[in-house]
Amino acid sequence: MAHVAAVKEQKWWAGGKSPFNLEYGKVMMWYFLMSDAFTFGAFLISYGTIRFSQNYWPDPNVVFNAFPGAGHANLPLAFVSLMTFILIISSVTMVLAVHAGHHNDKKGVVKWMIWTIVGGIAFLACQAWEWTHMITAEHAVIADGQLDVIGQTVRVNPWGVDVHGAVVTDALAKTQHEGLVKLAHMQNHDMSFKQLGAMTDTQLKGMINVADMHVRESGPVAFGGFFYGITGFHGFHVLSGVVINIIMLIMTQKNVFERKGHYLMIEKAGLYWHFVDLVWVFVFLCFYLI
Amino acid sequence: MEHTTSEVSFHHEPTSDKSRIWKTTIILSVITLIELGFGFLMYFTEFPHWLDLFIKGVIVILSLAKAFYIVSIFMHLGDEIKNMIMTIIVPLSLFIWFIAAFLWDGNSFRTLRNRYDTYYKESSQKKDIPKTDTTTHNLD
Repeated sequence: MAHVAAVKEQKWWAGGKSPFNLEYGKVMMWYFLMSDAFTFGAFLISYGTIRFSQNYWPDPNVVFNAFPGAGHANLPLAFVSLMTFILIISSVTMVLAVHAGHHNDKKGVVKWMIWTIVGGIAFLACQAWEWTHMITAEHAVIADGQLDVIGQTVRVNPWGVDVHGAVVTDALAKTQHEGLVKLAHMQNHDMSFKQLGAMTDTQLKGMINVADMHVRESGPVAFGGFFYGITGFHGFHVLSGVVINIIMLIMTQKNVFERKGHYLMIEKAGLYWHFVDLVWVFVFLCFYLI
Repeated sequence: MEHTTSEVSFHHEPTSDKSRIWKTTIILSVITLIELGFGFLMYFTEFPHWLDLFIKGVIVILSLAKAFYIVSIFMHLGDEIKNMIMTIIVPLSLFIWFIAAFLWDGNSFRTLRNRYDTYYKESSQKKDIPKTDTTTHNLD
C-alpha cells in the first residue's frame, strides 16, 4: 500500500488517530486479555507456591493415565495430549476463519467457524469425561491406620506415597464395616452397596484381595482445589468462547458483517479464542507436564 | 480491505498466503510432541533429581516458544506496530517478579516447616531430601 512508505513519519501520539494503528475494540480486547492473563497467572503461581511448599507432590504421569474406553490400562498423558491437539487444531481453524474474513469470504468464515465451534465442544466433552473419571474413580488409600476408598475431589487426594505389605494388612484388620463395604465394592462391581452392607465383616474381608489392591497414602489436599479450580476456570473460558463463536457464526450468516463491509468482529472473537489456547499451553505445562 | 474505521492509519494488505498458518501449526504440534516425549522420558527412566529439573526447565522454555508462536502469528501481534506490541509485552514483564517471588515464598514455607515441625517432616518424607530440593519423587 502507498501509505506504508509514509509510516516512519507518522505522528502516532498527535491525536485524531489510534496510536496503536488498531481500532478501539481490538485494542480493548487486547487489554482485557492481558488482564485475564494476570488472573490465570495468579492462579497458576499460587498453585506453584503451594506445590513448592510441600515435601511431596503427586506425579502427573500417575494421576492422569486414563483414556475413555481403555479400562484400567496405564496410558499416562495420552488423553490430555488429545485435548491439547483438539485445542491447537481449533485455534488453526479460527485463524483460517479470520483469514477468510480478510478476503470478505462469507462461505469460508462460516465453514471455519463451524469447525472451531466443533473443536471447542469436543474439548469441553473431553474435560467433562476427565473430571467425571477423576471424581468417581475408586482408589484405596490408608488414612488414620484404616483403609478407605476415595476419588480425587477438592477435599481428598488419593495420590500419596505407595504402601505395601504388612502396613496394608494391618490397616485392613483395623478397617470398620463401612470401609470394608467400599473396598469389597471396588473389587466386586457386580454387587450393590446394599448387598455388601448386609454382609458381615469376616465375609467382606474374605472378598477383599489385598494382593490385587494398589494402596497409597492420601496426598496433598490442595491438589484437587487447584486442579478443578484452574482447569474449571479455563473450561469456563472455553465455554464462553464457544458461545461467542456461535454468536459470530449467526451474525455472519445473517450478513451483518457483509453489510458492514468488514469482518473485524471475527478477528476480535479470534483473539479471545487464541487466548484460550494460549492459557491451555500453561495449564498443560503446570498440571500435566512438570 | 476497506475498513470504515477512521482510527486506523494504514491497513495490512490481506494476503492469500496460508503457508505461514500451516507452518505455525506444524511448529506447535512438533513442540507439543517433543514436550510429551520429555514427559514420557521422565516417567520411564530414573534420572537424578537435577536432571529431572533440567528437563522440566527445557519443557518450560518449549512452552514459552509455543506461547510466542500463538501470540505472534495466530493473534497477529507480530504484525502490529511497535507501540502496540510494547503496550502488551511490557506489563507482562511483571510476571518475572511475580513467579520468582512466589515460588521463593513457597520454598521458604517448606524449609521453615521442615525445620520447626519435625512431625510434618518425618511423616511427609521417607528419606533425606537435599536442601535445594523443591519437590520429591520416588519416596517409596
